[in-house]
Amino acid sequence: MSGTALDPRTAPTFPMAAKTMMGDTQLRKNVRHATDVIQAKRARVVDEMPDWQELRESGKQIRQHTMEHLDFYLEEFESNCTKAGGVVHWAKDAEEARRIIVALVKAAGATEVIKIKSMTTEEIQLNSALEAAGIHPYETDLAELIIQLGHDQPSHIVVPALHKNRQQIREIFQREMNLPELGETPQDLADAARQFLREKFLRVTTGVSGANFLIAETGGVCIVESEGNGRMCLTLPETLITVAGIDKVVPRFEDLEVLLQLLPRSATGERMNPYNSIWTGVNPPDGPREFHVVLMDNARTEILGDAEGRQTLNCIRCGACQNACPVYRQTGGHAYGSVYAGPIGAILTPQLQEMHHAQSLPYASSLCGACYEVCPVKINIPEVLIHLRNKVVKQNGMLNAEALAMRAMGMIFRSESRFRAAQRMGRMAEAPLVRKDGRGEGWIGWLPGLLGGWTQVRDLQAMPEETFREWWEKRESKEVASGN
Amino acid sequence: MATSSRDVVLGRIRAALGAATDASAASAGWSAIRRGYQRTATRDREGVLELLVDRLLDYDANVVRVGRHEVQESVSRMLTARGVRRLVVPAGMIPENLPGGFEFVADEGFSAAELDAFDGVVTESTLAIAETGTVVLQHAPGQGRRAVSLVPDYHLCLVSAGRVVETVSEAMDRLHATADLATTFFSGPSATADIEMTRIKGVHGPRFLDVILIDED
Repeated sequence: MSGTALDPRTAPTFPMAAKTMMGDTQLRKNVRHATDVIQAKRARVVDEMPDWQELRESGKQIRQHTMEHLDFYLEEFESNCTKAGGVVHWAKDAEEARRIIVALVKAAGATEVIKIKSMTTEEIQLNSALEAAGIHPYETDLAELIIQLGHDQPSHIVVPALHKNRQQIREIFQREMNLPELGETPQDLADAARQFLREKFLRVTTGVSGANFLIAETGGVCIVESEGNGRMCLTLPETLITVAGIDKVVPRFEDLEVLLQLLPRSATGERMNPYNSIWTGVNPPDGPREFHVVLMDNARTEILGDAEGRQTLNCIRCGACQNACPVYRQTGGHAYGSVYAGPIGAILTPQLQEMHHAQSLPYASSLCGACYEVCPVKINIPEVLIHLRNKVVKQNGMLNAEALAMRAMGMIFRSESRFRAAQRMGRMAEAPLVRKDGRGEGWIGWLPGLLGGWTQVRDLQAMPEETFREWWEKRESKEVASGN
Repeated sequence: MATSSRDVVLGRIRAALGAATDASAASAGWSAIRRGYQRTATRDREGVLELLVDRLLDYDANVVRVGRHEVQESVSRMLTARGVRRLVVPAGMIPENLPGGFEFVADEGFSAAELDAFDGVVTESTLAIAETGTVVLQHAPGQGRRAVSLVPDYHLCLVSAGRVVETVSEAMDRLHATADLATTFFSGPSATADIEMTRIKGVHGPRFLDVILIDED
């Protein structure tokens, strides 16, 4: 993977990218291993909760309720955060969010920032904007550090470097940290990261973070993490800048009792994350003296306006759907051409692009429903996928080849004689394409034109020499002949 | 005058929802949210305390249970076993809990680099959640600034049994009154599973965590 940021506007279509990824056996092995481990851990801590389904239902209702009153809760958050000494900024889109953050860093007189892992900053490609302004961002989450030093791109919402194994990480650290003697146990690698970042934590005076939850009732912000890099970035700098999508707000402090149970168990298979931080505005002498929150839309209001797509905004970014998805588990995250990969990415990315790009993503699913089953806030991802497929088809017009073919199919299916005629014709038409395998079974590996989409990623079994109905009719006439 | 981004975003939200919403509608909707999950304790007191110890151990913390009169001795044993001598303590620590033979330095707003030079930190705590093996600190006497319990590599935390709850819901209910204080939940020492999903103890936060659970008399 090159250092070019994942950008849905320029990424190849999913089937094309997936085909390349399928050839990378090391990547597939790494992804399979990591997702197997997380799924097993998740299952263990979810199974010990007899009220899990009730928690999911409450989680869903809290998120749904928030979206229905989003303007009220955002204004309430703004007012309470401001009262507590925070400064709230609003950004219509990624471009405005980047401009606000760069200006705030410059106003703080900083040329370096320490960053907590944040998918929102990945979404808006903040690091390249900071670098272009002469500001060096240091990623401090271990996985994000691996990605940054490896000039790589995140492939998972929670564990962005999940596609790398320990030998690959060791090579990156040896090269980038100048540690030729570095060992390859996970402990050696984590120790190297601690050494490398300690000095940055103690020196850099500006921090940039995302947010897990914005609490409307108190104006507080909540961030969950494992390593303590988050606490370092939230506590030690003089200036802290938090950027959050407008979907991150929750109504009341009490609502965290649901979300803080659902999120860690779903995301990393832990009963609670090693560290949760909640802070409200500025609290001298504890923590930064200056605190900014950037509330960003970036097409979220488009999603809000679509009754069927709206539930996409309920996502709390746990990544459970990625780990459970049979497609993601084969291709890894980069094939999705977006920092949001897997099932949630397949619905979120095209909607964030207002359906102008990433149109192949709603098709990157077999609709098996595994994602829905593990989603802690019960987002019906298959339902949204079908809704978005419908949108893609409508957007591409009703006169295209696929729509015409579907109409012809409808006509054939409505009449038995037409259907039988079509089956006979099919057998004749496929004859030149069929290749027999070792057991005499016929397979088609290539179909022309539009139908080629099917055979691009799988072989098609040839039609049988006779249909069930034909066989049944023959059998009946034989039985009549033999007098039974 | 140009429309502010704030007005644009709020306007888009109201257009998407079909109307503006207000406090009474939000409050009514919020009250109707179904909450069928377990909010109160299901175990007796002893069961809750045992669960906390079990869950803390499961996440690599070291835990001992002592009576109120044994705290000082227990702190002394823990610090000796860890081989630490010079520790920072937040203002407002109960002095009787701190044994002789160690250097306890009250936090005077030390810089991160100064905190880094200590062998460790001793704090009290606001509460603990048994079900998840979590201890909660707030910016309060005996617990101090967040940086104090973060930068030193060793943390010894005192938890009173009377402040242990079973469920996350009970904890959030107790924290509600002081929700505006800077708050840190920790569940075991700092950890990561970013490399092949192998859980490793100790990255940036304190790599070594001892908890003394103080039984009531």
